[in-house]
Amino acid sequence: MMSRPQSVKKSPGRKPVKANTRAAGNTGHSWFGQLFQQHQFVAVDSLSRLLQEPGASFLTWSVIGIALALPLCLFLFLQNLQQLNTSLDDAGNISLFMDLAIDEQALEAARLEILALSEVEEVTVITSTQALIEFQEASGFGNALDGLDENPLPAVLIVNPATDDIESLPALSARLQTIAGVDLALVDLDWMRRLYGIIAMAERLTGGLALLLCLGVVLAIGNTVRLAIENRRDEIVVVKLVGGTDAYVSRPFLYTGIWFGVGGGVVAGILAITAFMTMSGPFSRLMALYNSDFSLSWLGVSDLLSLLLVAGGLGLAGAWLSVLRHLRQIEPS
Amino acid sequence: MPESTLLELANINAGYGGPKVLHDINISLSAGEFISVIGPNGAGKSTLFRTISGIVRPASGSITYKGSNLLEVEASRRAHLGLAHVPEGRQVFPSMSVLENLELGAYVDKTGIEFRQTLEKIVSWFPVLGERQQQLAGTLSGGEQQMLAIGRGLAANPDILMLDEPSMGLAPTIADEIFERLIEIHKTTGLSIILVEQRVAEALHFANRAYVLEAGRIILSGNPAELQNDDRIRQAYLGM
Repeated sequence: MMSRPQSVKKSPGRKPVKANTRAAGNTGHSWFGQLFQQHQFVAVDSLSRLLQEPGASFLTWSVIGIALALPLCLFLFLQNLQQLNTSLDDAGNISLFMDLAIDEQALEAARLEILALSEVEEVTVITSTQALIEFQEASGFGNALDGLDENPLPAVLIVNPATDDIESLPALSARLQTIAGVDLALVDLDWMRRLYGIIAMAERLTGGLALLLCLGVVLAIGNTVRLAIENRRDEIVVVKLVGGTDAYVSRPFLYTGIWFGVGGGVVAGILAITAFMTMSGPFSRLMALYNSDFSLSWLGVSDLLSLLLVAGGLGLAGAWLSVLRHLRQIEPS
Repeated sequence: MPESTLLELANINAGYGGPKVLHDINISLSAGEFISVIGPNGAGKSTLFRTISGIVRPASGSITYKGSNLLEVEASRRAHLGLAHVPEGRQVFPSMSVLENLELGAYVDKTGIEFRQTLEKIVSWFPVLGERQQQLAGTLSGGEQQMLAIGRGLAANPDILMLDEPSMGLAPTIADEIFERLIEIHKTTGLSIILVEQRVAEALHFANRAYVLEAGRIILSGNPAELQNDDRIRQAYLGM
């Protein structure tokens, strides 16, 4: 039927009946060895059955692939957004503009005092001289600044907080403001709040969408497997009549579900990579407008493997539900 | 239930969820006995076999096999207990070879030791299966496929062989040949056989006892010779 006994497969060029006949399932190996060989055979047989009907199989794989591609693309987009956020982490720093009159010793004392705080991870010093040089280089006003009698820029301490919780930054900023020598503590949280809000919303949206579409994949595969079971109903009955257990009868359908899932995962991966390749150029040009060399990161090998694993798991779940329901109908409990 | 009784159906009512197909069926089979069940199309003969095999669950009644309640045993386990069902229409696996079909029939024989001996017997009864063991079952003639289906049933070394219309769609000479083989198997092995058949004359000729099933009810049963002399049988089935 569905799956030939693997012993049959293992006896190419069979000799005459007396010399080489084995009952189904018997290979002379251990129980585990037999089981492994049966699984191996059924897995290959199920795949070859799908490949024997490439048109129908491709359509099913495409449906599953498209359903998986949408949450996958959203997931990749989020991953990139988070990386972009990481690369903009400097925006979470607090800038301390020091008094113009502060000397190097006082600046160092202030740095050490701030560094001693538990909420602070790192303090970077930009002296007024360094600030002037940077400004000259970046602003293009080098010659004009040369005409000034004294350096108008204050020294700055860039404080990198130990926490990622942006809501704690105003309190830290207020505390830093009280340290001797600090003229102004500055932290711009509004746009960070917006960014975090967008990311949180997108995460929820992606999660919900992924859940719905994964459920759709499970149902689509379940329905496809149901049709396969119906098409092979007579075979199933005969196999049960010769003593085939439910596990034996179910196995090819479960592997069919896995292959549908994995095939759909491959299609989803191809679609996602194609979409990101298409988006990559315009995105890089857009980022260049913001003086950033940030580029989209694609699916890595581990991401692809995870995708195939999840897709195969969804296929198995769909097939399992279908097998549970429909095989029970063939043989009433 | 007498000690020699192998299988006993008592007050079986069964169907497919809607109206019942079988009504108060009472049938018994002794060890080594050959019984026939005859009846027109739609009488419920195949449903009777499917009920014994566990594919159809009866709404009420009991089936006792070797003194145990068979209804507690799931369909796939019934083959392990010695019940072999050769379904109507042969149902061989066309993309598998003759040998592979026979090997599948021996699914219950996990060691394969008995199967080797059984296969020799099967090939001696149906030599064409030995000659064509590597041939795909789908390429066999109808008669050869029927022999293969019977061989697949015998491969498990059953105690009861249930044959559902083995002559269906076959030329009379081929059907006769199959009946002769069945008699030979029955006589040489003492295998208990239940034959469901529309060729009433043959079914009554070979059987030790027979049941007449009409509209899901057993309307007559007994010795084939007595049944052959029953006017209803003569008129309805023997065309006399």
